[in-house]
Amino acid sequence: MNTIHPKILDSLDPRIARAGISAETDAPFEAPPELDQFETWEVFHMAKRGERAEHVGSLHAPNAEMALVLAKEQYGRRSRTVAIWVARTSDVHAITVDDADIFETTPEKLHREARGFRVGTRLTEFKRARRAENEGAAEAKEGEG
Amino acid sequence: MSSTPHINDLLYRMADDALIIAHRNSEWTGLGPILEEDIAFSSIAQDKLGHAQALYGMLHTLGEPEPDRNAFNRNEQGMRCCHLVELPIGDYAFSLVRHALFDVAESLRYEMLERSSFEPLAKLAAKVRGEIKYHVFHATTWLEQLGARGNEASRARMQAAIDECMPLALGIFEKTEHEERIVADGVFAGEEALQTRWLETIGPVLERASFVMHDPAALTPAYGGRRGYHTEHLQPLLEEMGEVFRLDPDAEW
Repeated sequence: MNTIHPKILDSLDPRIARAGISAETDAPFEAPPELDQFETWEVFHMAKRGERAEHVGSLHAPNAEMALVLAKEQYGRRSRTVAIWVARTSDVHAITVDDADIFETTPEKLHREARGFRVGTRLTEFKRARRAENEGAAEAKEGEG
Repeated sequence: MSSTPHINDLLYRMADDALIIAHRNSEWTGLGPILEEDIAFSSIAQDKLGHAQALYGMLHTLGEPEPDRNAFNRNEQGMRCCHLVELPIGDYAFSLVRHALFDVAESLRYEMLERSSFEPLAKLAAKVRGEIKYHVFHATTWLEQLGARGNEASRARMQAAIDECMPLALGIFEKTEHEERIVADGVFAGEEALQTRWLETIGPVLERASFVMHDPAALTPAYGGRRGYHTEHLQPLLEEMGEVFRLDPDAEW
């Protein structure tokens, strides 16, 4: 049973001590009222001028201005940032992962996927050849000296 | 004896303001109203601590004690902060209003200091411009949120905090005996000029957020802080802040 004078949590942290938190760990919590949270906003972060803004996460805010105020510290303080965008989560329309199978394709149509182009492999080969060539030239030069 | 007592005086006032409001605002860390705001307000507190550190660093180059010792080893008579920053955090309305009134003054002060004849201060002013721009954006957005966009309860609590803070905020602009030389040497355009600009700025800010600003001429400014006379709240705060430092002032961190 709860006592009439609940014991206050004693802490070395003066902020906690001041907050007057009950020390009764089994004290019943009041159920939070419904909709006690602000709606969520999706945050987009641009690291360099001209680059595209990338989705980095979400946050709670009551409106767009507050979302920007809060997003600045939430997502702009850890790395170089030149711009932050926010959009209401409810304004984002999605084909969700529940329908991931609609992205599947038949093996006959693999040509549609960009991996059909072997540019990467050819580029690596070209670079390796050039490096070998340069090293050869450098060695020849050293031999002269 | 320092050869620049007027510059030292200005730097101590600014540094002590920044240090004390940084500590007060950091008392909300972990207790903020929502996670996102907890992070934002804590970051702002950290920025203020950075400003204090830069200013104590400047004082050190002028022959004053090194920053940690200077920040943590003085008692209230030695402190030059205004009363506004010393008061306990109160409820969130009080802390937000204090933050708004103080940071609008800070933004104007640093803007004026960009033309300071004391070069290190002019450089610092340019460096912290972005941080303070955010502090003001944060403060004014919250004012509108809890004022024009708020409800009756939020407006009433904020207005009460404004009424309480206004005489304290006027204490920011308390002049010292060095004022004349500070202005004459072009170190800073002066507290009077700053107060005029602050009143011109803060009035419309409060009005936009649907708050009432009482005639400042009818208020008694909370003076004394700039001469070492403080509220009862400062000394306990200094003791709490410097407790660890004073255990071993020569410890290497």
